[in-house]
Amino acid sequence: MKISDLSVLNKFNKDNIIVEKLDTLINWSRANSQWYFQFGLACCAIEMMAAAGPRHDLDRFGAIPRASPRQSDVMIVAGTVTLKMAERVKRLYEQMSDPKYVISMGSCSNSGGPYWQHGYHVLKGVDLIIPVDVYVPGCPPRPEALIQGILELQKKIKLESSLGKEV
Amino acid sequence: MKIIDIFKLLNEKFSDSIEYLDDSCFVKASPSKWEDLAVFIKDNNKLKFDYLMCISSYDSGNKETYGVAYNFKSTSIGHELEIRIEITDKESIPSIAHLWGAADWHEREAYDMMGLKFDNHPNFKRILLPEDWSGYPLRKDFETPEYYRGMRIPKDKTYWE
Repeated sequence: MKISDLSVLNKFNKDNIIVEKLDTLINWSRANSQWYFQFGLACCAIEMMAAAGPRHDLDRFGAIPRASPRQSDVMIVAGTVTLKMAERVKRLYEQMSDPKYVISMGSCSNSGGPYWQHGYHVLKGVDLIIPVDVYVPGCPPRPEALIQGILELQKKIKLESSLGKEV
Repeated sequence: MKIIDIFKLLNEKFSDSIEYLDDSCFVKASPSKWEDLAVFIKDNNKLKFDYLMCISSYDSGNKETYGVAYNFKSTSIGHELEIRIEITDKESIPSIAHLWGAADWHEREAYDMMGLKFDNHPNFKRILLPEDWSGYPLRKDFETPEYYRGMRIPKDKTYWE
């Protein structure tokens, strides 16, 4: 199954009947409604806001900000994760309902970034406490880079199989 | 007023607790009379230091003394003054948070980062770091802990390589 074949809409023919795996339908809906958790930790949050704004318009991909962890599917860790904040980030991740995904945005949350050697107070990569699906490099990444991260996550979600065996 | 004139004025009353070096641009004070001195520079008609611009703390590097530098300005007269107080780890400095409100958070930060203790502060606790953090990070001899609440803090590149 190729990723390009996954657009269910293309499969409608004249009689408006579509035959497809249920997995495809579920993945199609999940991949195109990535409601992300609205919180930012540092300067990357500014770029995330720009990505959500009218010029870059993340809403095109079904990604809209939600202010509650219960309602969000994706956590965009946008910024420096200090040790004081790390426990809060972990708790918020645990409060999200499955299926949940994490995008690590920017150098700081990827690896500690500029704080990697002398930052006594910085967690050296958010993947030390929560599992990360997509890493977006940059310091901070441009909104286009974050959008590519969202699209990469879409590709990843579309390969999932929530009902049958793992693909 | 120039700083040497300010020093001469202070020296009339606090000659035993202040010090001025020829090549410096600050007045060094001892912590014992600091509270009286602070009231004096705030209320004296020739000084009128109504604005505390900044409190900086520093580590002198000899593993004994740590210092704190107060920068005052008078908004009505326009002159400025830097007062430094150096203490050892066992001593403490009287708080001036009741005289200049700006001192409240600045003193807490000096405690948080450099471990300087201030007496009679209204809310004396760490301001930036977590309450259970051990050590004072801006001291020269501070060693980053290996772990904080189970989270490892790698210190060199071998973690990535």
